[in-house]
Amino acid sequence: MLDYDFMRHAFLAAGIVAVLAGFVGYFLVLRGQAFAGHALSHVGFAGATGAVLLGVSPLAGMLGVTVLGGVLMGALGEKLAERDIAIGVILTMSLGLGLLFLHFFTSYATAATALLFGDVLGVDLPTIYSLLGLAALSLGILGLIARPLLFASLNPELAEAKGVSLRGLGLVFLGIVGLTTAACAQIVGVLLVFALMVGPAATAQRLSTRLAPGLVLAAGIALAEAWAGIALSYYTDWPASFWISALSGGMYLLSLSRRR
Amino acid sequence: MISLQNVTITRGGQDVLRDISLAFRDSEFVGVLGPNGAGKTTLFRAILGLQPLSAGRIEVFGAPARRGNQDIGYMPQTRSTLPPSNICGFDVLANAARGHEFGLPLSGRRLREEVMAALEDVDGVELAARPLARLSGGQRQRLLLATALLGAPKLLLLDEPLISLDPAAQAAMIALIARLRRTRNLTVLFAAHDINPLLASMDRVLYLSGGHAALGTVDEVITSEGLSKLYGSEIEVLRAGGRIFVLSDRPDAHNMCDHA
Repeated sequence: MLDYDFMRHAFLAAGIVAVLAGFVGYFLVLRGQAFAGHALSHVGFAGATGAVLLGVSPLAGMLGVTVLGGVLMGALGEKLAERDIAIGVILTMSLGLGLLFLHFFTSYATAATALLFGDVLGVDLPTIYSLLGLAALSLGILGLIARPLLFASLNPELAEAKGVSLRGLGLVFLGIVGLTTAACAQIVGVLLVFALMVGPAATAQRLSTRLAPGLVLAAGIALAEAWAGIALSYYTDWPASFWISALSGGMYLLSLSRRR
Repeated sequence: MISLQNVTITRGGQDVLRDISLAFRDSEFVGVLGPNGAGKTTLFRAILGLQPLSAGRIEVFGAPARRGNQDIGYMPQTRSTLPPSNICGFDVLANAARGHEFGLPLSGRRLREEVMAALEDVDGVELAARPLARLSGGQRQRLLLATALLGAPKLLLLDEPLISLDPAAQAAMIALIARLRRTRNLTVLFAAHDINPLLASMDRVLYLSGGHAALGTVDEVITSEGLSKLYGSEIEVLRAGGRIFVLSDRPDAHNMCDHA
């Protein structure tokens, strides 16, 4: 299976993205912002299709829009009343806008499917380098703010009193979520970003009550699910994104059955 | 010493505190009382440097109140803090101990000792291994109190630590705080709804109402005359069986006072 370039690329790209998504997702789940992450991926869909229309690379378009969207969401912060509704409206509008952009775009069906559901077997070497750079940047910033971010998530009032900037952290963090979302979408597509970002992190938080081990576990689970998904796809010829999302959901359901 | 000089705080066009001047002595236990919205939390946030003053100044141990003062331990109201996560008590504390510093959430030996010492001080060693989501109301309060003790503060601001505790748990909480104040030589400001549980432990009482403040011993402050002046309406204070009852004819005032 590893004799093929495209398979090696798939494993590499999925590995990078899974580890990134596991770490970032852990914070996302802990902060109760999973839905915001999901919405960002849809915003990214509009960005990617818009970029293609303008002749820019979809990854660049998606990145620009998701990071901007994340930072904006962070800046609005808690003041965004009725958050679920506002996020839901943005999510739907973005998807609609993406559809409009696709309508003007010629190679309609393939491009749409790849964006929506991912195309891990079509990842080329330059994309892998981009993903590696994205992951290094995101994890670098996340490593720097990890401690105050956790403090702000677990004891917001106390963190504020101790001099932590809640809004600043929220903004930077959602920016990182934007980067991660764009990276995830390359592997599983915008509709299944949850599979890598939220599933493994939620599973890890069910299984471990410790912070640092939980973080590593989230990344490990994401990596295992991504690689197993690609391997299963190779042997069954079913889409890798299906397998990854099935494993992600299955693992979470299994973790629910375990008594805490 | 903590001193307020001619402090006025305006929120939403209304004076929460109007031209207040008073001082708390070192290692004094002060009960902070008053109806809902009288400015107990606002006063705490002002001492923490989180609430801008419209006029006057606040000094905390000889320096102007500022955000991030590590001399202050703060226990926010429980109902607005601690998410229902699966993280264990130890890690919540360990992360809070250095939470305002950048970096990864790792804990060395000295940090672990500090966390365990704080948990021992609140008789809560068993909380170390327990997930947040599975703590009872009293356990959450003790975990928050332990968090407030990290970093060896000189002043403790406790915002309604008795909320949602039964009378036995309330008495235990007050005894615990009185002991901590002796062993750690702390100045304690203790916000509460009901004055009676605190009568035996506190040195002085601060009563807030309608922008005004009265600080003194219980006998000085909680009198029919004193409270009538503070509320600007007829208030009757009755003492029976070592307890204090605050009564008023005015239905709205009665509603405000029946907790006092």
